[in-house]
Amino acid sequence: MSSFIIYKLILVLCVFTVTLVAAIWSTYAERKVAAFIQDRIGPNRAGPFGLLQPLADGLKMFMKEEIIPNVSNKLLFIVGPCIAMTTALMAGVVIPWGNTIQTSTHIYNLQIVDFDFGVLYLFGIVSIGVYGIMIGGWASNNKFSLLGAIRASAQMISYELAMGLAIIALIMTTGTLSLHEIALQQTGGSNGHWQVWNIIKQPLGFLIFIICAFAECNRTPFDLPESETELVGGYHTEYSSMKLGFYLFAEYINMFISSAAIATLYFGGFNFPFMNDLGLSHNFITILGVFALLIKIIFFIFFFMWIRWTIPRFRYDQLMHLGWRILVPLALINILITGLIMIL
Amino acid sequence: MKSLTNRSINVTGKKMNTMEKLYLPAIWSGIMITIKHLFKKKSTISYPEVTRPFSPVYRGLHVLKRDDNGAERCTACGLCAVACPAEAITMEAGERKKGEESLYREEKYATVYEINMLRCIFCGLCEEACPKEAIFLTDRIVVTDFDRNNFIYGKDKLVEPINARIDVSKRQTPEVKAFKTLQGPLHNKLNPPALSKGNPQAIQ
Repeated sequence: MSSFIIYKLILVLCVFTVTLVAAIWSTYAERKVAAFIQDRIGPNRAGPFGLLQPLADGLKMFMKEEIIPNVSNKLLFIVGPCIAMTTALMAGVVIPWGNTIQTSTHIYNLQIVDFDFGVLYLFGIVSIGVYGIMIGGWASNNKFSLLGAIRASAQMISYELAMGLAIIALIMTTGTLSLHEIALQQTGGSNGHWQVWNIIKQPLGFLIFIICAFAECNRTPFDLPESETELVGGYHTEYSSMKLGFYLFAEYINMFISSAAIATLYFGGFNFPFMNDLGLSHNFITILGVFALLIKIIFFIFFFMWIRWTIPRFRYDQLMHLGWRILVPLALINILITGLIMIL
Repeated sequence: MKSLTNRSINVTGKKMNTMEKLYLPAIWSGIMITIKHLFKKKSTISYPEVTRPFSPVYRGLHVLKRDDNGAERCTACGLCAVACPAEAITMEAGERKKGEESLYREEKYATVYEINMLRCIFCGLCEEACPKEAIFLTDRIVVTDFDRNNFIYGKDKLVEPINARIDVSKRQTPEVKAFKTLQGPLHNKLNPPALSKGNPQAIQ
């Protein structure tokens, strides 16, 4: 029993660390990708290639003056960023970071908890995340913050729906809600028998899902809650110091988790092509699989940034139009088509 | 309405066709453009390590030249101050005392010579006006400061040090020398092709 707890604790610690480190250097990557796409060099002063820039940024955040507006609701003002950060970190629990590691006596699953309802848990947690933004924006007692918070909640509700419908079609094909099993179903090349990734089975569903993932993460082109140019930062206008840091950080953690979810649900998770034809030991393939997943995640994080520096922000009515009148019907049609194909 | 030029673009209320309404092809071409820029040559110049080359005719911080013996060339005639369109130059003239022959070339010299670098537009008309070839613009940069008063450069900053002469050969070309030898109204009647040959006799 104690060995079980130790193994879980180590796993939790690893996932926690990897998530935070990935989020920290996502901020660096964001600036570098932005710079490169705009024909610039980007941060290159702190450390080699500016790699220590995130640490300098973090230090700056800590050293800044902490301002809590007098007119704000102080308790909720503090609770807001806490919720945003906590929920962002909680989502990593159900992601299968790798297959199992087998020793002579035990089988260790590289997933903190393998819920039967893993997908539901993931979306439950992600939708709680909006409370952080909503509470923070409302508690600031500022017009811009409130507008940002309203936009965030409206946007979340609209896109959660389409995202859920896209997922329903996926679950119809996989027949399970456990993320570990969904990942296992996409194993590549066992004895010449191919299990394709879900992207092949659900191309339309993937498209809807990734668009909604952008909206859920408040990333451009759906960054209306923040919109620096019109809302002066939106829900975090009044925030300063590390509380602002928490909000920004939570966004990057969300991006990391979303990338992991996209990779797991549609791009084979920890599986990579020919993994079972190489004749390697199970444990070795598991370790390779972890790196395969990380590479996929890195690609999707890059994709998030790539899109950010390509497409301008949507207008609010366009956002609602896209969510309710295009994505939701499209997702319903996708369910219908999936059902028809399954019957025939 | 008939347009006066052909440069205006007629905006039509054309409806988007189905392909355009999908947006996805447009987004695809957009991300292809941005990914190309990812690998393009960067236009950044990492300043302290790399400096941009100056143009040979760059006009920067002024210098008040000395002659070959180290005496100041400026005679405080005031032509530069008159020529200056920004009225950045001011000076006070003084008479050379006995024993100062090595310091000042002629009997009259500038006791005070000030250029306000915040007014100066670095047009170079002062050096064009100077009959004594005393003032030149160089490829040096006026350093920044927090105090406006520090931008009024006096003789301490403008006159070149005797042991660290400042090269103005890029601006004191044979053409310029020829130009300076011309007297009176000929200044305005110069024809540039003759000047470019660098032969003062041809013009006279």
